[in-house]
Amino acid sequence: MKNPYSELTVGMLRTGILGFGGGPSVIPLIRHEAVSRYRWLDDDEFGDTLAIANTLPGPIATKMAAYLGYQLKGWPGALVSVAAHILPSCLAMVFLIGFINVLSNSAMIGNMIAAVMPVVAVMLGQMAYEFGEKAVRGLGKVLGITFFVISFILLQTISLHPGIVIMIFLLYGAFHFKLKERLKSKKVNRKEGSA
Amino acid sequence: MGFIIPMGVAVFLAFFIANLLGYGGGPASIPLMYDQIVTRYGWLNNTEFSQMLALGNSLPGPIATKIAAYVGYDVYGWPGFLAALAGTIIPSAVALIYLLKILRKYKQSPIVKGMSLLVQPVIAIMMLLLTWNMAADAVGSIGYIHSIIIAGLALLALGKFKIHPAFVIVLAFAYGGFIIPLS
Repeated sequence: MKNPYSELTVGMLRTGILGFGGGPSVIPLIRHEAVSRYRWLDDDEFGDTLAIANTLPGPIATKMAAYLGYQLKGWPGALVSVAAHILPSCLAMVFLIGFINVLSNSAMIGNMIAAVMPVVAVMLGQMAYEFGEKAVRGLGKVLGITFFVISFILLQTISLHPGIVIMIFLLYGAFHFKLKERLKSKKVNRKEGSA
Repeated sequence: MGFIIPMGVAVFLAFFIANLLGYGGGPASIPLMYDQIVTRYGWLNNTEFSQMLALGNSLPGPIATKIAAYVGYDVYGWPGFLAALAGTIIPSAVALIYLLKILRKYKQSPIVKGMSLLVQPVIAIMMLLLTWNMAADAVGSIGYIHSIIIAGLALLALGKFKIHPAFVIVLAFAYGGFIIPLS
């Protein structure tokens, strides 16, 4: 299937219908469709998109869907992508409210949804590992682990909002290479001085 | 309020405001949507809101759009459905598209390169915490044994055999529907 619209529709339908547990738990599914299956963008671009999306308010899954659609086919692509992602569950909301008691009191449905949670946990864990690996590859072991610890403290111990933590790192990131160069040239100067 | 605003506009505004202030994805904006829907406009009462939320949680897909679709339709039919969804999705989606457009333009600059390198450790830790929360939820609702069995099988299927996640999720549904009730 090479038609980008049908790819978008099928991919985003799948993520919309199978993504249980709210926007953030759908991210690994969206990543699978966008990066591994259809190669709409590469993994680094997906990571950047996810990071920037987290610094903005509003639902995360629809922001990602809109951007992926836009990337492929401009505004019509964005519309198709978002519609495929949200319409099935939105229409189900409207039509199924009459069956609310059946649905929310059914032990079977409760068990089925709960059984997906460990799968989502595994997918999130895989993503964590892959991003961690990439961070260590790009930054080196010492800096990588230092930044992991700092992120953990900011996110978990201080419970700063993820969007704010990302902004802090983006801000530092803007100066990272400049700083590194300056440190390097200082070291070189020192070596030359001692020689 | 001293003046009357058209229903469609009110619906759009309510969801626009709730999601603009709801920083951190759909689930984070539920209390803000409650504030607009129940407290401010009285479109639903407390019980109706929690019933709707229960239905939303038993359906897939993003939660913010499910709430918007339902409430929009409930107060103003299909135009309300569209207005509520537009208010929820469009502002943040458009902002993301333009912001990334600017960043992609300067992709080669050391500033943007540094930024995209430095967000990786944060994303990794963020995902790790989400993993932890999701695992804790799973254990809380189906216990250790089922959680570990499903997670182990999922790890094999996704990591080793590279089976499409959609298929793994469907299998997990089957496990939840047929095997969990046996225990």
